[in-house]
Amino acid sequence: MRDRTDLVQVDHVSQTYSSGARQFTAIQDVSLTLAAGEFVSLLGPSGCGKSTLLRMITGLQQPTQGCVLYRGRALTGVNPRATIVFQSFALFPWLTVQENVEVALKARGMSPRLRAARALDFLDRVGLDGFENAYPRELSGGMRQKVGFARAMAVEPELLCMDEPFSALDVLSAETLRGELLELWTSGQIPTKAILMVTHNIEEAVLMGDRIVVMEKDPGRVITEVPVPLAHPRRRKAAEFQAVVDQVYALLAGQTKTEPEELGTAPGEPGRTRELPNVTVNELAGFVEHLASLHTQRTDIFRLADELHTDSDRVLRLAEAAERLGFVIVAHGDISHTPLGETFAEASIQARKEIFAARVRRVPIVNWLLTMLKSADRHELEADVVQSALGLEFPPEEAEKQLAIAIDWGRYAEVIAYDHARGVIYLEAAGMASGGGTMTRQQNA
Amino acid sequence: MLRLTTIELPFAAIGLIWNSMMSWAGGWFFLMAAEIFTVGQRDFRLPGLGAYLSEAASAGDLRAIGYGVTSLVLLVVILDQLVWRPLLSWADRFKVEFVESAEPQRSWFYDALMASRVFAWVRAHVHGCLESIEVRTQNYGRVANETKTVSAAPGVSAWMLRVGLSGGLIYGTVRAAIMLAGVPAAVWGHIALASGATLLRVMASLVLALAWTVPLGVAIGFNQRLARWCQPLVQIAASIPATALFPVFLLAILRFAHGMNVAAILLMLMGTQWYLLFNVLAGASAIPQDLKYTTALLDMGRFERWRTLILPALFPYLVTGAITSTGGAWNASIVAEYSTFAGRTVQTMGLGALISHATAEGAYPLLLASTLTMILIVTLVNGLVWRPLYRLAEERFRME
Repeated sequence: MRDRTDLVQVDHVSQTYSSGARQFTAIQDVSLTLAAGEFVSLLGPSGCGKSTLLRMITGLQQPTQGCVLYRGRALTGVNPRATIVFQSFALFPWLTVQENVEVALKARGMSPRLRAARALDFLDRVGLDGFENAYPRELSGGMRQKVGFARAMAVEPELLCMDEPFSALDVLSAETLRGELLELWTSGQIPTKAILMVTHNIEEAVLMGDRIVVMEKDPGRVITEVPVPLAHPRRRKAAEFQAVVDQVYALLAGQTKTEPEELGTAPGEPGRTRELPNVTVNELAGFVEHLASLHTQRTDIFRLADELHTDSDRVLRLAEAAERLGFVIVAHGDISHTPLGETFAEASIQARKEIFAARVRRVPIVNWLLTMLKSADRHELEADVVQSALGLEFPPEEAEKQLAIAIDWGRYAEVIAYDHARGVIYLEAAGMASGGGTMTRQQNA
Repeated sequence: MLRLTTIELPFAAIGLIWNSMMSWAGGWFFLMAAEIFTVGQRDFRLPGLGAYLSEAASAGDLRAIGYGVTSLVLLVVILDQLVWRPLLSWADRFKVEFVESAEPQRSWFYDALMASRVFAWVRAHVHGCLESIEVRTQNYGRVANETKTVSAAPGVSAWMLRVGLSGGLIYGTVRAAIMLAGVPAAVWGHIALASGATLLRVMASLVLALAWTVPLGVAIGFNQRLARWCQPLVQIAASIPATALFPVFLLAILRFAHGMNVAAILLMLMGTQWYLLFNVLAGASAIPQDLKYTTALLDMGRFERWRTLILPALFPYLVTGAITSTGGAWNASIVAEYSTFAGRTVQTMGLGALISHATAEGAYPLLLASTLTMILIVTLVNGLVWRPLYRLAEERFRME
């Protein structure tokens, strides 16, 4: 057992951005501690601020409120005892594998002979022996990340942070690398005292962490912490393992809400506008179809990620979108399709569009857009105008994304059309659905 | 026809427009030199803004120079706003990429045009016309293909054309060779010295340009807020033709020792620095955020950071910028090293001055010899210096 001192204390930290007159809260009042000897998974959907939190913990970014303590002292700059392994590997393409590792040691003022020996030693430990003279572009994704690990470990950080380190890898490389990292960690071959891993993949969080800090978005906050009392090596198929996965899914999906709460309010109105989940209509249709094709009415959500060959983040987003449109019901980590969902799955292309159109009108953002278009001159609005109106509710990039999703959904439902060249959104006239854009526009005028 | 309009033109559009813009800017640069020039006894004067500016400069009329420069700058800015920006904005649709770029080209004039009813009407009619031409040529092509017979051997006229062309070429080469043979060795020596002088000036202008564009470009490229209000300023500054300001420059600088020398380097600099600045800006903003974080996490010092991250990342962009800008500097030497100003001719030693001088005097053998020398030097430098550097940039310093 390693010593149980607290390495990191995050003390009531918040991060707000202002865009024009509006303020957006990326992280709201987050507190957590990380003790020596711990491997903590920081889990949450995309956009919940977990990467921002990681940057604060390493001192790359200062929180707007609260503070981060490292070994009891407030961080004022980059923490020299911490490092990050990035999803993008962050290797210098013009340096060889060995030089990429050495560069970290050089910055610490180590002599050339020593650092070459140290670099080769760590490359050997991650299994990159023989590749030291290769350039990163010659390596596969998995091997590049091994260089990333070797570089991070070579400086012997007390705190190793990882920002979705396996997300850019193919399934097999990711699994191999996870196992190898766990082996280095559990066998104590590396001097690292604690590991903090950001992920949006529930199974990965359960597989690796001793404890899972679960975050939610809007605003980014910690909702709970789940201990994982399983010994390594953990087996994914084991019942205890699946039980923890199921428990986490239940936390992130299907917290029972009333319908107004579920749908949110229109932009500009009091109350919170819930953003549209970032999924395309095609994915959504495939998802509902898959559910309807299952023999059972009710399914564990966590099984779907496997069945659909995707990760938990995507499944949760699809479930949320389908629930918002009334195609499924999610409760306590279980998902079941509604009669409407079943009808949608079995309907013809045209009938599907009609069902979708009827449901999508009830979604506040889409409904708000339709109302504005109806009262607009020539029934059209510039996309920029709509986006800046959405900007009152969301940060700029999110407003852009929301508009893109609303346009995608609206186009599929044939209620909204969009002319990319002019950047104009207009109402699709009823019954003229199949007509060309210009035709419709002239009729509206 | 269909292939031309659906594949070839769209793919070429962006390159065509950017190159047209660059050539356009180059045209302004030589405005004054092109509208008034003397070749031997003959004096050519074309009515135009360039001639007006030249006249004003040789008369030393500051007010007229001011008027001329103001209208030139206005003209350039207006054309940039009304022609090039809209074209670029329009050409954005031809970008072949699957990820929407973060900063699409914007133009207020293009947006206004697109929103106007008159333009929509014109567009619909032009489009209809083009459509019918396309369909007709497509059908014609099909018919022609079906009825195509084995074509006959090249006709007599084609042969005559070939013979005529190659005859002309041979005659020209022989005449040029005779002319060059008549150039005495002493003149060749002079040309060599002059080339050296200009080469030094080109290098000086490149070094000066690098010295200020790299730090500024990196500062702007790393700072979004600075970039937002710097970008338009830089664009306007870059579109102002430097030769227009040259007379004003000369007035101020000629009083000092080596005035013409300094003025020549400055004029080259003004023509070349923008290519470099734009390239540095593009390079600096293309550095991935994670790599910047990494240098911070590794606790690299300023020197280490420039050596490990910034300079290697900029390298391909610097090479591209330097190729264009040194080419431009050689061109600029022709107007920069020799100037007729307020009734007197000021010149300094250099290949550009030699070319200008030979033109003015009508000394054709010298003109030919010095022009060929410049072509040779530029080609050699491109082949021996820039091409290998470019390859190195492609192979090692590419960000992926």
